[in-house]
Amino acid sequence: MLVTGKGGVGRTTVAAALGLLAARRGKRTVVCEVAEQERLAALFGIVGVGHGERELTPGLHAVSVQPERAKEEWLRYQLKSGTLAGLLGGSRLFQYLTAAAPGLSELVTIGKVWDLAQLERRTGGSVYDLAIVDAPPTGHGLAMLRAPGTYANVARVGPISRQARIIDAFLRDRAATAVLVVALPEEMPVNETIEFERRLAEELTMTVEQVVVNGMYPQRFSGTEARTLRSLDGRGSPGASAALRAALAEHERVLGQRAQLRRLRRHVEAPVATLPHLFEPQLGREHVERLANELERRL
Amino acid sequence: MIADWLERKEVCICAGSGGVGKTTTSAAIALGMAARGRKVAVLTIDPARRLANSLGLPELGNEERRVEADVDGELWAMMLDAKRTFDDLVEWHAPDERTRDAVLGNRVYQELSNAVAGSQEYMAMEKLHELHQEGRYDLLVLDTPPSRNALDFLDAPRRLSDFIDSRSLELFTAPGRLGLKVLGRGSGVAFSVMKRATGIDLLQDLGEFFRSFGDMTDGIRERAGLVNSLLSDSRTAFVLVTSPGRDAVDEAAYFHHRLMDAGLPFAGVVANRVHRAGGPSDPAELAELLGQPLASKVQRTYEEERRLAQGEGENLAGLRRRLGRKPMIEVPHLHDDVHDLDGLWQMDEYLFPRRARSSRPDRRRPSPSRPTG
Repeated sequence: MLVTGKGGVGRTTVAAALGLLAARRGKRTVVCEVAEQERLAALFGIVGVGHGERELTPGLHAVSVQPERAKEEWLRYQLKSGTLAGLLGGSRLFQYLTAAAPGLSELVTIGKVWDLAQLERRTGGSVYDLAIVDAPPTGHGLAMLRAPGTYANVARVGPISRQARIIDAFLRDRAATAVLVVALPEEMPVNETIEFERRLAEELTMTVEQVVVNGMYPQRFSGTEARTLRSLDGRGSPGASAALRAALAEHERVLGQRAQLRRLRRHVEAPVATLPHLFEPQLGREHVERLANELERRL
Repeated sequence: MIADWLERKEVCICAGSGGVGKTTTSAAIALGMAARGRKVAVLTIDPARRLANSLGLPELGNEERRVEADVDGELWAMMLDAKRTFDDLVEWHAPDERTRDAVLGNRVYQELSNAVAGSQEYMAMEKLHELHQEGRYDLLVLDTPPSRNALDFLDAPRRLSDFIDSRSLELFTAPGRLGLKVLGRGSGVAFSVMKRATGIDLLQDLGEFFRSFGDMTDGIRERAGLVNSLLSDSRTAFVLVTSPGRDAVDEAAYFHHRLMDAGLPFAGVVANRVHRAGGPSDPAELAELLGQPLASKVQRTYEEERRLAQGEGENLAGLRRRLGRKPMIEVPHLHDDVHDLDGLWQMDEYLFPRRARSSRPDRRRPSPSRPTG
């Protein structure tokens, strides 16, 4: 399952909540980050996951894919020899070439993700029922999904081509791979979500399986109550009047969010689920648990 | 305020992690400076189409377009097309038509020039440099691409230099003695192992690509050097954009550190979408004003807001301490997310505050939302 979305919409949090939900349902799950960040483990209060796979909580594992390491693993597998792989990996020529070869880092990254989802791991690691990818933001996400197909075309024959073709087919197989987009109920994230679904279909003939709209404010006030608040604007002590203004501002925001949600639903084919806004400046494990509960009810 | 940061500056680079309002801030800075009489162009990579529309443009292309806005100066906007810019670059630097066609026609180039990681970043810099050279604008504002890492673009010129570094190319141009000498012992073996790992076909295509590219390396490398020196020029200003969330603030602090390390001209931080709240409210007073259950709902909403404001305030205070004397501007969480000219004008109030505060203190509060729908 690939989780993408515009920057700043909460991809990592949603990926973590999905992972937790899957683990609760008895699936051995791994969530992998590909942006050389380790926000996921931080959510669970753990530092330093690295390229190795690490258990965060029973049934839920985390890994942070590093393209350099993924490249080494790929070589080792390809050449079936640690010595040759070491020789090649240490060669300056090879380093230059792979640093320069366009899209190669995307290819080995998605290759690692693919490997995590296999019943027989070529790297000999443990087997998972589900691999959830905290994928790069929409634009880069698309580039990553495109990489295997592109390499299959460019290489035509040979091991890279063969490998790329297998990965490409796996990604396009709806029974094997699902794409989920996270959005916020705001103008630009909604636009990007609509655009991403369209491009995914046009450029890769792939389908978005689910959209999750994050950060929905609760609708607390009725229209009548909002009118009451408005009629009292400026009254009371500074504290009371600030509270009235905050309530009204939130009401306006809720109306805006709901309009955006309606627009999103009109324009995407995929089903849209929502998650509540958490009024927390810093999220932790308990919040991920809460979001997992919400997802359980909505998916 | 921004106008002070950008006095005597010709280039403003807005950087920050994804989702912090970089595109919007770049547009608001450009609009504000145009309103103050300057001829400004804003370069963006990937604006939501609505933003282009709201700037009065049906679409943004690789050419600058004049934005219809009520300003004393001029506002222009363009959206960079990385592939087109790359093609232009090849066209520009190819020594002859044969080389140009060889590169543009190469399968590796065709399939991948669009997807090259870092190429967008580099091309943004390239276009910036070109426009700066032409000197048609008083100020150029660059919205840096939404890369995985906010710092990618800083490395872009260097990475392209590495990419075309003749040492990696020489092996393909002269895969004999010279290549071996340059690359050290073991390269011959490496080459044959590589054939086995990648397939000869791909290797040949790549080789052909690098070979034709090799004829253009000097020009491009020189250009990358010029782009680099523009970044550190005193006529350039880096503006760091962040949101008040913990992750974004951490990234901004790291980014600031990197800019300082690299000796780049850092101007200040714009913190977007900051929640602000006043002092505590008295539940009894609210109950008297509103009755129940409305009063407790209002109370709860306000408490949430205050808690959020407090957490954000702590995050931003931490960042402020690291900035030393460099300034930070806070833009409050506006009722409506900003995506049109009206919204940009709303931001203007905070980015370019009037020196003499107006006598009405509520000027600095976000104005009520426009009716929706």
